[in-house]
Amino acid sequence: MYRSFERYQPGQSPLHRADPRVKVVVTFALIGGIALTPTHAWPAYPALWTLVAGLAALARFSAWRMARLGAVALPFMLAALPLLITVPGPAWTLGGGIAISQAGLARFVAILLKSWLSVQVALLLTMTTSFADLVWALGSLRVPGTLVALIAFMVRYSTTLGEEAERLLRARAARSAHAEGRPAGGTLFWRARVAGGMVGNLFLRSYERSERVYAAMLARGYAGEMRRLTPPPLSWRAALAGAVPLLWLGIVELAAMLWWQ
Amino acid sequence: MFLKPILAMHIPDGFLSAPVAIVGWLVTAVLVGLALREVRDRLGDRQIPLMGVLAAFVFAAQMINFPVAGGTSGHLIGGTLVAVLLGPWAAVLVMTTVVAVQALLFQDGGLLALGFNVFNMGILAVFVGYAVYVWARRALGAQPQAMLIAAALGAWVSVELAAMATALELAISGTSPLDVALPAMAGIHALIGIGEALITVGALAFVRQTRPDLLGAPSAGVARQSALIAAGLVIALAIAFASPLADADPDGLERVAEDKAFIDKAEDPVYEVLPDYTVPGIDDEALTTIIAGVIGVLIVAGIGFAVPRLVRLNAPEKVRQQQ
Amino acid sequence: MCPAMIEIEGLSFSYPDGQRALSDISLRVEAGERVALVGPNGAGKSTLLLHLNGILRAADGAIRVAGVALTDRTLGQIRAMVGLVFQNPDDQLFSPRVFEDVAFGPLHMGLPEDEVRARVERALTAVGMSTYADRMSYHLSLGEKKRIALATVLSMNPRVLALDEPSSGLDPRARRSLIRLLQGLDGQTLLIASHDMRLVRELCPRMVILDGGAIVADGPTETLIEDSALLEQHGLERG
Repeated sequence: MYRSFERYQPGQSPLHRADPRVKVVVTFALIGGIALTPTHAWPAYPALWTLVAGLAALARFSAWRMARLGAVALPFMLAALPLLITVPGPAWTLGGGIAISQAGLARFVAILLKSWLSVQVALLLTMTTSFADLVWALGSLRVPGTLVALIAFMVRYSTTLGEEAERLLRARAARSAHAEGRPAGGTLFWRARVAGGMVGNLFLRSYERSERVYAAMLARGYAGEMRRLTPPPLSWRAALAGAVPLLWLGIVELAAMLWWQ
Repeated sequence: MFLKPILAMHIPDGFLSAPVAIVGWLVTAVLVGLALREVRDRLGDRQIPLMGVLAAFVFAAQMINFPVAGGTSGHLIGGTLVAVLLGPWAAVLVMTTVVAVQALLFQDGGLLALGFNVFNMGILAVFVGYAVYVWARRALGAQPQAMLIAAALGAWVSVELAAMATALELAISGTSPLDVALPAMAGIHALIGIGEALITVGALAFVRQTRPDLLGAPSAGVARQSALIAAGLVIALAIAFASPLADADPDGLERVAEDKAFIDKAEDPVYEVLPDYTVPGIDDEALTTIIAGVIGVLIVAGIGFAVPRLVRLNAPEKVRQQQ
Repeated sequence: MCPAMIEIEGLSFSYPDGQRALSDISLRVEAGERVALVGPNGAGKSTLLLHLNGILRAADGAIRVAGVALTDRTLGQIRAMVGLVFQNPDDQLFSPRVFEDVAFGPLHMGLPEDEVRARVERALTAVGMSTYADRMSYHLSLGEKKRIALATVLSMNPRVLALDEPSSGLDPRARRSLIRLLQGLDGQTLLIASHDMRLVRELCPRMVILDGGAIVADGPTETLIEDSALLEQHGLERG
């Protein structure tokens, strides 16, 4: 399968058992806070990392493993590479006519660290929260019901349709042969047309599948509205648990803005 | 391997500054909210299973590629295809779902950056692609392949514009200098857009031959709406592009702010922490421009939304299933 | 000694999640033989077939088709020799018209246009659907689609025809006509993965029983099929 949907690692750690609503809110708040960190507030980054490592420990995940997983967005750093030479200001010369702007390097590193930290926070959420809980949390947090339903449907059918797509690709591969002494593969346009046909095929199957899904839903009393169970009120304990990382974040950011720049 | 992030267009967290990301969320929230209302009015209760399964379809369809040259391959993003098949508003919801799930479950794109990622690939791409499609189809008139050519054009333009918007957002955030990011993104996606156009056309041709009943002609009201919204979005982008934000030195913003901050801090450190939109890293003037831009978008979108409704009150339209 | 049509030696394969799918498979099929691959669900029949044309690649073991070893470089060549027909024809029909689907293989191989046309016609005639060239694949019945799917592979003139559950989902009439069709392919090397023991008995003189990723029996169909203990042990019925 192209990608397993299960980043979720089942477990019983405190983080696994935390209220999913709190986890979602804290995740967004942390990533927002990380984004707000002023570039040159260098002490803030290790301080933020200890928060991440603390949460990882709470989830019984290895901090080093999270650190490695956090590197997934690093290829995008290519987009920030020009900062190293385009930002004006004092520079370090590296011989051969290459000079690296100090401010540019600072920016580059800041983005790197922010991205690395943010990804780990997001991963902690998905690794400790089952998809069903995530969807429930989104619904409780007043994300429009239609969107929540769409997300749930999409994930439900992505594996099925993804497997169909994979079989289509295999069937094409099986007939993608070479003959002796001839260039194989046809023209670019032809290949694109075949790929388009595969997409069209997949679309029709999806469309008709959705009709069957609709019929099944009608048979079970669906009338246009997605009914949901009312979420239980947030316990003070859960809220308190969520407040702790936010407090830590607040302290770090305050320090960053006032003293560490 | 390194090309992948540029091809993917999903901006990770850390690359957009906080104010930019928040603006993205605001704009997207408003427009997706509009889409939810529009779809409910038009599609009825068939909508959820249809759009949900089709969101899964887009995800699966993005796996289908074709070899281009030397190990690279073309594949689909899907905004224009879905817009042609379902109408733009439903397409917005479908693509929003796709991009959101990609961010939530796969870390394809950040969570804070999700606002603009949805905007680029799910709103801008959809409306611009659809508007171009409608216009081109009308312009080509009775030509036998009008629909396919129009769709190809729409698909290409949608990819280009989404890429340019991405470059712009990165530039305003101070992550990537505009004079590097814009040509790079626009250039690479000019090629990628061709792949998108080809697959879109192939898929539509298949559907047209097998189930032509699923392809309706765009209704005039929706077409007008889309044109207005697309125009508004493009104008807002153009304003942002021409504004001092993007023009300045990539570091210009922060440097200026920091210089200023040093001056201000000596006088009143608490100023930095007040919740009144003064955020470290961006100065007042820049923020005002951003807010003005957002308001502009919302006004135009509002007009685009309200006018056809007023018109419709006088001349009720037949509601087609997919639009 | 002349090379067999198919030679598999010590093939082992595990899925990325660690699950063992095939264990030390060794199999030799001569040209013109008709071999049935039977076994319960999950035995590894489809997995084995997917190795034959390199869609799945094993870490251990070797595969040779008509003497050509399966490597990264010979993939294209092998795929011209091994025609794999998948279980679900919808996965194989991705062009609007039947003609285009059947023509895909020869077109990809870069054959000249008139050769492509000739092959499409021959393939469609072989499956008894010569009038279907302009029809939409999507609207055909399951039985018709299965035959078209077979044609899409036959047009490549494969040395080996590998079929994954060819009769699944077919009504008795369609099944009968499919069996007749396959019987009519004289001299074609056939490897058929199937639950359908009656089809196996009619078409394949040789039977290989696969269970838990390993070959547990390999011999004449007539003999093996009488061994009810063996069949039951591996989730099969006489049929």
